[in-house]
Amino acid sequence: MKVIVCLGNVPDTTTKIKFVDDNKAFDTIGVQWIINPWDELALTRAMELKEDSRNTVDTVTVITVGLKEVEPTIRKALAIGADDAIRIDADPKDAYCVAFQLAEVLKKEDFGIVFSGIESSDYNSAAVGGMLAEFLDLPSVSAVSSLQMDESAVNLTRDIDGGREVISIQTPFVAIVQKGIAIEPRIPAMRGIMMARKKPLNVVEPAEQEVLTGFSSFELPKSKPPCKMINPENLKELVDLLQNEANVL
Amino acid sequence: MGKIEIVKGGEFIVKETEAKDIFIPEEFDEEQRMIAQTCQDFLDTEVMPLLDRIDNQEEGLIRELLNKAGELGLLGISLPEKYDGFGQSFVTSMLVCEILGAGYSFAVAHSCHTGIGSLPISFYGTEEQKQKYLPKLASGEWVGAYCLTEPGAGSDANAGKSKAVLSDDSKFYILNGQKMWITNSGFADVFTVFAKIDNDRVLSAFIVERDFPGLTFNPEEKKMGIKGSSTRQIFFNDCKVPVENLLGGRGKGYRIALNTLHMGRIKMGGNVLGAAKLTINQSVNYANERRQFGTFISNFGAIKYKLAEQVIKTFITESAVYRASRNIDEAVEKNLEEGAEEKPLIVAFDQLAIEAAILKVFASEALDYIVDEAVQIYGGMGYSAEMPVDRSYRDSRINRIFEGTNEINRLLLVDTLLKRGAKGEFDLYGEAEKVVKNLVDLPEELEKLSDYYGKKKQYIKHFKKVALFLIHIASEKFERQLVYEQEILNNIADIIMHIYIAESTLLRIEKLESMKGEENIKIYRDILDVFVYDASGIINKCGLDAIHSFADRQDKDLLLKGIKYYTEVEGVNVKEARRRIADKLIEDNRYNF
Repeated sequence: MKVIVCLGNVPDTTTKIKFVDDNKAFDTIGVQWIINPWDELALTRAMELKEDSRNTVDTVTVITVGLKEVEPTIRKALAIGADDAIRIDADPKDAYCVAFQLAEVLKKEDFGIVFSGIESSDYNSAAVGGMLAEFLDLPSVSAVSSLQMDESAVNLTRDIDGGREVISIQTPFVAIVQKGIAIEPRIPAMRGIMMARKKPLNVVEPAEQEVLTGFSSFELPKSKPPCKMINPENLKELVDLLQNEANVL
Repeated sequence: MGKIEIVKGGEFIVKETEAKDIFIPEEFDEEQRMIAQTCQDFLDTEVMPLLDRIDNQEEGLIRELLNKAGELGLLGISLPEKYDGFGQSFVTSMLVCEILGAGYSFAVAHSCHTGIGSLPISFYGTEEQKQKYLPKLASGEWVGAYCLTEPGAGSDANAGKSKAVLSDDSKFYILNGQKMWITNSGFADVFTVFAKIDNDRVLSAFIVERDFPGLTFNPEEKKMGIKGSSTRQIFFNDCKVPVENLLGGRGKGYRIALNTLHMGRIKMGGNVLGAAKLTINQSVNYANERRQFGTFISNFGAIKYKLAEQVIKTFITESAVYRASRNIDEAVEKNLEEGAEEKPLIVAFDQLAIEAAILKVFASEALDYIVDEAVQIYGGMGYSAEMPVDRSYRDSRINRIFEGTNEINRLLLVDTLLKRGAKGEFDLYGEAEKVVKNLVDLPEELEKLSDYYGKKKQYIKHFKKVALFLIHIASEKFERQLVYEQEILNNIADIIMHIYIAESTLLRIEKLESMKGEENIKIYRDILDVFVYDASGIINKCGLDAIHSFADRQDKDLLLKGIKYYTEVEGVNVKEARRRIADKLIEDNRYNF
């Protein structure tokens, strides 16, 4: 069985965010790009499934929508262990665009499970997984924090308010995963890095698609006021500040 | 790379290099960046959370970390693929050194294992020795160490008293002696041990396994810094070493020791960069958080000065480190083509011995400045052992001592240069004589050039002339006695170091500008401006010190005039330049140059 992992290419989470073009565009100069953290955990789980001989997973394919600049991110996934990669050569404008383009390619693929991170750490729209399942006309389960395979079905655990829900499902389906799906991302080893350049990275043309959204403007959050230190003896001042300045009491 | 002329070590003093011919760190390819990221991720997730436990020498911890690094392939970067290594270029191995160099005691254990612990076997081992040891060293199943220093043989390595004699059945060497300051000794499995066979005048090297009979270990040394790295004395009492474990042949030990140290020195340049960048991040993070007089201390000029100097010293060291590293790779290629008798990499290390010594001295002193100012930026908190700069400060100090003290390396770099000149490897004395002859005809004023890089190149060319005429007159005056004039040799060494670093920085920035355009590299021009200006002052002072110390009265005035003329540079608004450099650091809140 083939497992597909959808990858987002996002700025490193420590990036200092700046905007240009009258606050209409994100300034990408000097930005380091990484695999979207949720997708990276999904990839880790996919690799674990493949490595566990009790499972029937034999191939892990990663797929992403992006221009040539995203290839280092894809090759990192190959270095981590994915068998091959597909890059859909389009600029990912919004979640709809990404889901549509992924679906157009995946319709032609034979797979058991599609992993999609629950959200991306850049725009956080948390919409690709669900839309993708709709386009593929497949069942999807969201907020999956554990995935186990047995002979007859795949068991998924979802974290829900105040507890957990266990779902049994047949392949193929889309698993929209959150933290917990794997413990931590893998660090590519030297051998994997060396092999990555030899693995197939197939570039496919995007399907024709109308762009439905555009950015009007971005706004940075107001910078936090500096931390005020209060002498522990001076409880009165602390209470006064919490009441009248911070308005939390 | 085929068309690039191979750099002869030390030749930079008489030769101009073009920017296009040097490698700069901005040229790392995607794979190298991925390897660097793997090192960084490993450091962040496995090493940094454990620093206190590492420094407490928790049993088995460093060993476990080395094993994990081995699983990622980080112990076999430089080892041949045939022996389960990855056969990477020297530049890549330096990048690994740089990233892991931020790992305090772990960095020491790692660089000892992968450098002096593994490479002597890789360079000089027989096929059987390599097959037996290298795969295990590459995976981390075994850890390597290097035993050269003895109580009476530190800088004077050949003075060691350890002795090996052949057993009656000729199957073993019986090794007796004492070694000290042995890094990784607490847990290493394989030791390259230097000793003299019978009454030989020169050293031989042996591969000794921990389980061989006759090894005993003292308790751990109590050290000022790098507390997590294992350092012990080792005693060899009738230690039985199989004859097949002689490394590189009888009497080859001194050469093995020297070439291993050349390699270790240049690698220290890489290690230092990682530590320097981490320390700068600690400094600027604190300066951006600490408020005094109603503002962040990073807003004060005195603090900006320190931050800028930390950046400059790191950037310039980095420029030279990767320039020399690529020269090693080029020399290896050339040696391979020419079918060098010895291993191509060893020959390359030998060829770049002068640059290696420069990097060792300059990098270790740069880091000591950086950590010292880091403590100062932290102020009172900097003196607290709870703060990260405490460890940075203590761990830096050893760099000026091990891998050959900076004193030895200063002498070595001048001595090697003079010897190569005498051998005619390049025309040192001819060029030097020309400079001396021209001193009488020096114009009153410096020729004014308008081109930015042309001007800087003129300054560096002039700095070289200072080194050359000092070499010439000192050699004439003292002849063979020059080796005893260590203060003057130190002056010359400092001048040469500043020339190499300044030239490397200039060429890097010129190349960077050709890649990115002038608009995008202004901050780097600031770095170059400040450093060349400072270097002129240092070279001027070293030149004056030397001349006042030994020049004869009749030519003293002429020489002083030469120093003045050849160290003159255009004034720079160093205050504003440093502020701009610091402001970028403060804005980014991390080293991002």
